[in-house]
Amino acid sequence: MKLTQGQFSFLPDLSDAEITLQVQYALENGWAVAIEHTSDPHPRNVYWNMWGNPMFDLRDAAGVMMELKACRAEHNDEYIKIIAFDSRKGWESVRMSFIVNRPAFEPGFELVRTEGPGRNLGYQLRSFATSRPPVAP
Amino acid sequence: MDQAPDVKITDMKERYRSGVLKYRQMGYWEPDYEPKDTDVLAVFRITPQDGVDPVEAAAAVAGESSTATWTVVWTDRLTDSEYYRAKAYRLDPVPGTPGQWFAYIAYDIDLFEEGSIANLTASIIGNVFGFKPLKALRLEDMRIPAHYLKTFQGPATGIVVERERMNCFGRPMLGATMKPKLGLSGRNYGRVVYEALKGGLDFTKDDENINSQPFMHWRDRYLYCMEAVNKAQAETGEVKGTYLNVTAGTMEDMYERADFAKGLGSVIVMIDLVIGYTAIQSMAKWARRNDMILHLHRAGHSTYTRQKNHGISFRVIAKWMRMAGVDHIHAGTVVGKLEGDPNVIAGVYDVCRENHVPQNLQHGIFFDQPWASLKKLMPVASGGIHAGQMHQLLHYLGEDVVLQFGGGTIGHPGGIQAGATANRVALEVIVKARNEGRDIWREGPQILSEAARWCQPLRAALDTWKDVTFEYASTDSVDFVPTPTAS
Repeated sequence: MKLTQGQFSFLPDLSDAEITLQVQYALENGWAVAIEHTSDPHPRNVYWNMWGNPMFDLRDAAGVMMELKACRAEHNDEYIKIIAFDSRKGWESVRMSFIVNRPAFEPGFELVRTEGPGRNLGYQLRSFATSRPPVAP
Repeated sequence: MDQAPDVKITDMKERYRSGVLKYRQMGYWEPDYEPKDTDVLAVFRITPQDGVDPVEAAAAVAGESSTATWTVVWTDRLTDSEYYRAKAYRLDPVPGTPGQWFAYIAYDIDLFEEGSIANLTASIIGNVFGFKPLKALRLEDMRIPAHYLKTFQGPATGIVVERERMNCFGRPMLGATMKPKLGLSGRNYGRVVYEALKGGLDFTKDDENINSQPFMHWRDRYLYCMEAVNKAQAETGEVKGTYLNVTAGTMEDMYERADFAKGLGSVIVMIDLVIGYTAIQSMAKWARRNDMILHLHRAGHSTYTRQKNHGISFRVIAKWMRMAGVDHIHAGTVVGKLEGDPNVIAGVYDVCRENHVPQNLQHGIFFDQPWASLKKLMPVASGGIHAGQMHQLLHYLGEDVVLQFGGGTIGHPGGIQAGATANRVALEVIVKARNEGRDIWREGPQILSEAARWCQPLRAALDTWKDVTFEYASTDSVDFVPTPTAS
């Protein structure tokens, strides 16, 4: 399956030049850019691993691209996303979020149905990525 | 009495002699009145009957929407009637429209019960709209003071928390209303929901008149829809929602349906405007208590918002609904099949989304309106829009909006999934181009056709609907005189 979270998942993967333009847009708006990664992209998994803190004082997209390169080197077989935070009053949350790296194979999710009384079904979404314990390298 | 001048009578004995006085003599016209920060302000468009003096008509509107009756009553003297009287304080001719005036009226905050749209509207749009000396009356705009706003809950969820809950940032959200509006079985209906969500939409939606009819009872619909939502979530990894319409004949039925929807794991429920202000406020409180997004379909509003001379402007309804506490409101598309002058729509969108809306006569906003940190209300654009208009939609409506393509998804020649994918690709490619600094207003069609080279569903959508536009004059536009800018 192809995970389609984020702003641009229906487009062909963004090149580094295209990512740079998006990062620049965030910085021009005064937003802080952050990089996060995970192997478990369950839609309710809000807290991906942070690749350092959001880069609050950064003004040049090149700095983000260097961090992205380093993150990819270490977590190439994970999902990596770029996020932009807006700290302004009345928003104080995420403004942008898009995927910039995917594992070679995207395992996806299992939908587990549990039959209950009155034809009610309970639904559980299970990440195949976490369905067995990690294997020691 | 006829000898008395047409001004407020200050001699108490004369003022309270039994009989009939003009409203301006009773004190409802106060041209020197300076509105207080705590006053509720309203501006009405009045069309007096032939021969009725406009100042007297304005005073009458103030009187009939506050304390007055048609004759002098001595019981006024048992209270501080001066304080409770609404005051018409300004009257301007409507530019370019002989026989109509904008009447400004101030109401003391003590005239209204805290947190009650029903009470506010019983005065402001109560008896006064049937008053015979007026041919027509329209409530154009209101200024709700922050002091009064803070007695209302406001949107149960708000735009920011909705986005956090949906895990969707940086682009308009996408939806579609299920079609045909009536007649599908629950099982077939769920199929349409699944296809649309799987294909790339964030939301699907019940239509306003889908409740619990013989062809599909509500419980059946909810069960099939949640199967569709969960299946689409599993196959995309995204959070999906379907607006389950809980509109019903009684509050008890609505609570039962809403609780069932919540129990099934839905993130959102929906109500219609026709359930009434009090029922809407009750559902907004339910939604806040239960962490649910509350969608409002504005069914019925065009009966009173569309004609310029009589009724209520939609910007006022949008204000009341932000106070009442809904999270979504249909607010116009500009380019689609339903009424929508660009200036009027811009004003309504500001009312929904901004924390401070400054006076903007071009947009129909007559007063500065502080929102005192009430949450933001997500506007929904729906009705006759398609993928080929994506650059125009982003230009006019901005990012915090749900774009709903019902026919534009389900009517796609390649099927519902293809229709959804066409819309999602069009949206993403236009947002990406905007962020890159490209001029989407000018280059939009080119950007879309470039994407259509690698996205066949988008190609088919552009080909199918390329010539579809709805170019009719709006019946509700703004009457104002542009003021020359000081150089």
